[in-house]
Amino acid sequence: MATTAEGFDAPTAGHGGDHSHDHADHKPGFFARWFMSTNHKDIGTLYLIFAIIAGIVGGAISGIMRMELAEPGIQYLQFWAQFMGGTSDINTALHMWNVFITAHGLIMVFFMVMPAMIGGFGNWFVPLMIGAPDMAFPRMNNVSFWLTVAGFFSLLFSLFVPGGTGPGAGVGWTVYAPLSTTGSVGPAVDFAIFSLHLAGAGSILGATNFITTIFNMRAPGMTLHKMPLFVWSVLVTAFLLLLALPVLAAAITMLLTDRNFGTTFFDPAGGGDPVLYQHLFWFFGHPEVYIMILPGFGMISQIVATFSRKPVFGYLGMAYAMVAIGVVGFIVWAHHMYTVGLDVNTKMYFTAATMVIAVPTGVKIFSWIATMWGGSMEFKSPMVWAMGFIFLFTVGGVTGVVLANGGIDDNLHDTYYVVAHFHYVLSMGAVFSLFAGFYYWFPKMSGKMHSELLSHIHFWLFFVGVNVIFFPQHFLGMNGMPRRYPDYPEAFAFWNEISTYGYLIMAGSMLIFFANLAYAFTAGRKAGNNPWGEGATTLEWTLSSPPPFHQFETLPVIEDHHDYHDHMPRDERPATA
Amino acid sequence: MAGNVNHDYHILEPDIWPLVGSISALTFTSGMVLSFYPDLFGTASSIVMWAGLAGLIATFFMWFKNIVVEAQRGDHTPVVQLHMRYGMILFIASEVMFFVGWFWSFFDFALFPTPLEVIGAGTADQETINNFGVAGAQASLVPEGMEVLDPFSLPLLNTLILLCSGTTVTWAHHSLIHGDREGLKQGLWATIALGVLFSAIQAYEYAVAPFNFGQNTYSSAFYMATGFHGFHVIIGTIFLAVCLFRAYKGHFTPRQHFGFEAAAWYWHFVDVVWLFLFIAIYIWGGWGAPVH
Repeated sequence: MATTAEGFDAPTAGHGGDHSHDHADHKPGFFARWFMSTNHKDIGTLYLIFAIIAGIVGGAISGIMRMELAEPGIQYLQFWAQFMGGTSDINTALHMWNVFITAHGLIMVFFMVMPAMIGGFGNWFVPLMIGAPDMAFPRMNNVSFWLTVAGFFSLLFSLFVPGGTGPGAGVGWTVYAPLSTTGSVGPAVDFAIFSLHLAGAGSILGATNFITTIFNMRAPGMTLHKMPLFVWSVLVTAFLLLLALPVLAAAITMLLTDRNFGTTFFDPAGGGDPVLYQHLFWFFGHPEVYIMILPGFGMISQIVATFSRKPVFGYLGMAYAMVAIGVVGFIVWAHHMYTVGLDVNTKMYFTAATMVIAVPTGVKIFSWIATMWGGSMEFKSPMVWAMGFIFLFTVGGVTGVVLANGGIDDNLHDTYYVVAHFHYVLSMGAVFSLFAGFYYWFPKMSGKMHSELLSHIHFWLFFVGVNVIFFPQHFLGMNGMPRRYPDYPEAFAFWNEISTYGYLIMAGSMLIFFANLAYAFTAGRKAGNNPWGEGATTLEWTLSSPPPFHQFETLPVIEDHHDYHDHMPRDERPATA
Repeated sequence: MAGNVNHDYHILEPDIWPLVGSISALTFTSGMVLSFYPDLFGTASSIVMWAGLAGLIATFFMWFKNIVVEAQRGDHTPVVQLHMRYGMILFIASEVMFFVGWFWSFFDFALFPTPLEVIGAGTADQETINNFGVAGAQASLVPEGMEVLDPFSLPLLNTLILLCSGTTVTWAHHSLIHGDREGLKQGLWATIALGVLFSAIQAYEYAVAPFNFGQNTYSSAFYMATGFHGFHVIIGTIFLAVCLFRAYKGHFTPRQHFGFEAAAWYWHFVDVVWLFLFIAIYIWGGWGAPVH
């Protein structure tokens, strides 16, 4: 292996834009480049485009739901029943509600957040940050992407076939039995289950690819303890995917045989156990929620360090906090199931274990704050999103500690309090980190600068919008409004109306986002190698924007005075650090 | 030095098979759904499933053929071989977790059986035992009077067959390392023969088993866990057969033969899963029940 290269300690060194790259910049034709890709950056771009499309679909569905919930009574569902199922029957209308809930959840989890974070940013930046020319298995990388698309299509198919009292799978993203077995007659749920099989297979292959790449393709000198935190986060995430998804695959295969081949895994009438499905699902489902947030943690660490012009505070603590979250994440699953009749000792264990996760999470929150403390802070677009993330994710984390208590959850389970909680950690945690990462790396990926002004307007509108949507939902939940119903008593009308206004603000902010993209691609300034200044120290900023088609044809050598060495005693650091 | 590839990683040309494979997978799964509902989609709809399966098989064939061609061409430098080791270990780890799901359901049924009166097979005051032998538990995994397979008959034979095949594949491996090509072929032939024998005995057992797939949770967990294991045995046998074919073609050197090693790892994994199945489901699960 090549071990010599120019130093990569300075942002200007290396394969800058002025070098000629005959081989490196040779791109295949359109079809070969985008449909047969073996290039991690192109596949990352495909994932990001796919995630944006899926996000528009999933976001539009939440718009339909917020419209319906704007006032008590059934307003629009019969229209959707007529539109999708050709009948305005009330049972079909109510079924459509379940279909919207299911589609929104599945799309946002499996086809928006995961493809964007791991497929998109992971593919783009893991190889760049560790100084690798590509992923370990470039072809498998491509099949991961296309299997995700195949899964999305399978979910779309489900919308057009019977699934109970109307078209589509109305089973929730958790696909609980018996609603998903004897409760939903027709092929829609089978299509939805296979959608998870396909997307899950893609994710398992992707996880294998990331772990191999990170363990085996780090540039000379890039030890695990010098690896950027985003790479650490993807490493931990990949392990969670690898070990959690196969259990889901087994569980939903049991659903299929219960539905179609006469088994009774989850049917008590045949000796089965519906709670078994919940155990299997949440053994996957709880790691899954960390899969959705850990890469966000990684991105926030990079961004906060960059715009504070300081190495991240407590680098090793930050890395191992993520490992701890990943490990403990596997043994807390039944806190999603407090109301199924677990005995009190089990609930005590799961309460205690769940609370433990607050410790490494707290390490991360305080380390981000400590990174900013005394830093030379610059409030560029990625940084405002990162700070929004830290604030709002903490709010979601605090309600999470509330819900971790088995006794309290008895009352709050399946209320809007839970909806508010997980949207604070997802649509304000995961999504804020996605926008932070997007604005951080957009100049690197596209070679164009976005508008800082539009980004800030986007941020403030989105920030206000999502808080107006979800903060009132805490009140609704505390007052006992149950989840998953299209109608509610008059008493809940006020905060629901407010919540729907919040959606309109949020939707408006997304128009600004797309305007910003249009601006950047048409009139955006050309981005240099490193638009963010000396705080951006990771290897991707040593390359041109966008980077050459094949980067690092000579591997970079990471020298000892890299900024990640903040665990080195200060007096031993070279003067340049 | 621009334009010179100066590293040992394997940068691949664009490839159509990932796209073909994904479309085939979607066709296969969608075709399966169509075939579940002949009333809705017609009986001919299962042709979609077979078309998808054909596409998947073509994809696997071409994909692995390309890998073999690249290996023979010398694209697999030491670091790329190490990639494949990581990849295979991680793949097997995910397979282990897949079986964890099936064992989980089995142990759930064994340790926490559904009360008899819920199943309609008894009354609340009937005392039966769970698989810990704890009296007072409400029901048992294997309902009273149900016959199970005798673990110490054909299943024990199958256990010995698989353990034996583990030694023959090691025989093949050591022969390969020591440059004994005949030993490699003989070891592989023996392993494949034992694998086929295992599958044949398993098929016979299924044919004569005294319970069927959907009869109760024991039978469902039994058939799904052993069925997925059997499927993995067949995959492993095909994998070894490919290695045998390659051995005749003169592939593999004493120093570089990861294709063979991956097949052997996979075979050992399948072997270990069987041991757990044999102990947990065949012996412990059916303990005390009348045998067929």
